[in-house]
Amino acid sequence: MIPEIGQFAMILALSLAICQGVLPLLGAHRNDAAMMGIARTAATGQFLFVAVAFGCLTYAFVTDDFSVLYVANHSQLSLPTVYKVSAVWGAHEGSLLMWILILAAWTLAVARFSSGLPEAFAARVIGVLGLLSIGFLLFAILTSNPFDRLVPAAADGADLNPLLQDPGLAIHPPLLYIGYVGFSVAFAFAIAAMLSGDLDRRWAKWTRPWTTLAWLFLTLGIALGSWWAYYELGWGGWWFWDPVENASFMPWLIGTALIHSLAVTERRGLFKSWTLLLAITAFSLSLLGTFLVRSGIIVSVHAFATDPTRGFFILGFLAVVVLGALILYAWRAPSMDSEVGFGLLSRETFLLLNNVLLVVATALVLIGTLAPLVIELLDGSKISIGPPWFEVAFLVPTLPLVLLLGVGMHTAWRTQNAKSWLGVLRIPAIIALVIGFVVPLLFYGRSSLLLVVGCGAAFWIIATSVILPLRSIRREKGSTGITRSHLGMSIAHLGMGLFVLGVTVVSAFSIETDRAMQPGQTLEVGGYEFELRELRDVQGANYSAIEAVVEIRDDGEVVGELRPQKRQYLVQKNWMTEAGIDASWNKDLFVALGDQLGNGAWSVRIQYKPLIRFIWLGALVMALGGLISVSDRRYRLRASKAAEAAPAVAESA
Amino acid sequence: MKPRQQRMLAVGLAVLGIAIAAAFTLRAFQDNMMFFVEISDVVAGKHPKQRNFRIGGLVVDGSVERADGSMDLRFKVTDTACELPVSYTGVLPDLFREGQGVVAHGRLGDDGVFVADKILAKHDENYMAPEVADSLAKHVEDKTMPLREGATRCNPQ
Repeated sequence: MIPEIGQFAMILALSLAICQGVLPLLGAHRNDAAMMGIARTAATGQFLFVAVAFGCLTYAFVTDDFSVLYVANHSQLSLPTVYKVSAVWGAHEGSLLMWILILAAWTLAVARFSSGLPEAFAARVIGVLGLLSIGFLLFAILTSNPFDRLVPAAADGADLNPLLQDPGLAIHPPLLYIGYVGFSVAFAFAIAAMLSGDLDRRWAKWTRPWTTLAWLFLTLGIALGSWWAYYELGWGGWWFWDPVENASFMPWLIGTALIHSLAVTERRGLFKSWTLLLAITAFSLSLLGTFLVRSGIIVSVHAFATDPTRGFFILGFLAVVVLGALILYAWRAPSMDSEVGFGLLSRETFLLLNNVLLVVATALVLIGTLAPLVIELLDGSKISIGPPWFEVAFLVPTLPLVLLLGVGMHTAWRTQNAKSWLGVLRIPAIIALVIGFVVPLLFYGRSSLLLVVGCGAAFWIIATSVILPLRSIRREKGSTGITRSHLGMSIAHLGMGLFVLGVTVVSAFSIETDRAMQPGQTLEVGGYEFELRELRDVQGANYSAIEAVVEIRDDGEVVGELRPQKRQYLVQKNWMTEAGIDASWNKDLFVALGDQLGNGAWSVRIQYKPLIRFIWLGALVMALGGLISVSDRRYRLRASKAAEAAPAVAESA
Repeated sequence: MKPRQQRMLAVGLAVLGIAIAAAFTLRAFQDNMMFFVEISDVVAGKHPKQRNFRIGGLVVDGSVERADGSMDLRFKVTDTACELPVSYTGVLPDLFREGQGVVAHGRLGDDGVFVADKILAKHDENYMAPEVADSLAKHVEDKTMPLREGATRCNPQ
């Protein structure tokens, strides 16, 4: 009964999405207030019905309703309840429903917080989001219904993939999806602006907080995914340039470019058509990511839904969305650019460079991700592009990017006086150079050109990022101090600096050793002694495991004990490596059990990972910066202000 | 700067950036491209010489050998027609098992043994790397052809 209610709610949500997608757009076109008024109500109703559907599916999981095929395939009686809930989005059908729920939630948020926007504009934005909802609801109902029944019902389920039975992975997809789907709001704002043919600086001001919000969730989602891969896949890497990772990374890169170009559009009214194009691209890349992941078209560890009809549906949807948006763009954008100039030495120039470099970086990732596909289509040979290529290629645009970042932050709009500029930047430059040379030598005992450049760049960003906040602290009473958006920017850039530092040190100084070990044996890695004390059997709720007890000593003194496990899950019979990680702010010590080698010996992987926490800390700080800048007062729209603004809109239209 | 110059600057920078990226990509691509070669083709000698490539297939039942307490491992991989011996030293992925799909990176030694430097096994029960699935499907089709007495099904051309 409950699953049927869920199914029914999905269909009702589709009908409401059709109302939401068609009527407000028509109303805005005809200037019909009644039709435009439907937008918010339809969006609220659609959200409610999607939420009901999602609730029904969750209920089916929690109550072990194995008469639902999706539940039977991805849950199991003894699965802990937390994972029964997270299993809802553990595979294709449920994660699609979650995608739809998040899209509906973003739409609801837009509907709720758009009272300050001109009515026609808000109606168009909600209408475009409704059109997107139609596409995804159709996709779910036609090709991926999570409520399909299994007759006769199974006595027990096939269990959730053990890799997904983990707190990190329970919240990674929701965060990632909130980010992915959030770019649909920027997309809808761009389409609405092009439909109305009216794009001014207020447009950028409205779009900015939504874009930054989506971006910060995507940042958190990607970071969490990387962290999960690090400890759960068991091998200690934090980024693999896997197609699915790239699929989430490309929208992030373009989203970052979009945030920066929106700043120029808001402050100076420049780069308008470029900003529109980025907004379209960011969401298109989110859709492309979905296509790559869901169609299983590319060799990838994540490709769990290998079904061509689904692939074709998303490809078709992608084509409709991208082509539609680009045609509209070609038609409307040329009339939008304003003729304002700026100096060569100005913040505009540096933000332009930021955009060019980020787009180049995205293009490289895209080429590397799609090349195997294209080459196979062309001549049938199957190739793969290894991480080494990505690592080197990605450095080409990003190295200048991080160096210019520090300069751009301290350059004025319009034109910058070169002399005062050098005055500000001299001290951070000296700090960066000195620390860049000293840190690797002092702490890790060796250095190289790439290390000096990497550490130098990191401290360059850190030093230039703290100048603005420090100055505002030192300022006398009565001055306005730093705005939230400036503080947010400084903190986000500081996060970038921490991230670069982490990446540089981890890639240069990590130590990785695979060795056969017997109980009682000791191995030295990174200056620490690892002794394999014993191996023993342990039992978990739904797995049994072999656990190693590894004692870590520094100069004979015990500094920690790790218990890596090799688990066998009872239902799927898969073996899983649970690494033991001794984490501290400046290094991780990592032990993973490999295979039983006979004679009581096991292969053991021991790793020393200095500063690896800085990678995720950096991402966290970046997201925090985003959050702070979203909270800036000037983004808060009030209805009264909208009343003031309304005549102005009528005029310019 | 005048809007016209501004636009020229933008276009110029973009073109320059893309040109550098393209040149770089093409150059580095060739060094990092790794071909997938079917087992039958490797046995027939149709594999890239002096560089790494990928192979994939099923781990032959009962073929996994290792000396007690050693990380050195030998096993055979088959595409159901031909078999290829593989040697590897290191930690195996969790889902490496006899009779299951596997992908290996490495190069062919002079003794005809594939020396793997990386072993990948599929990450869940339902999923096999597409190129391995294709390669197996191709040779499973061959199976329908009548086999002569005594002839092996592996006929490297």
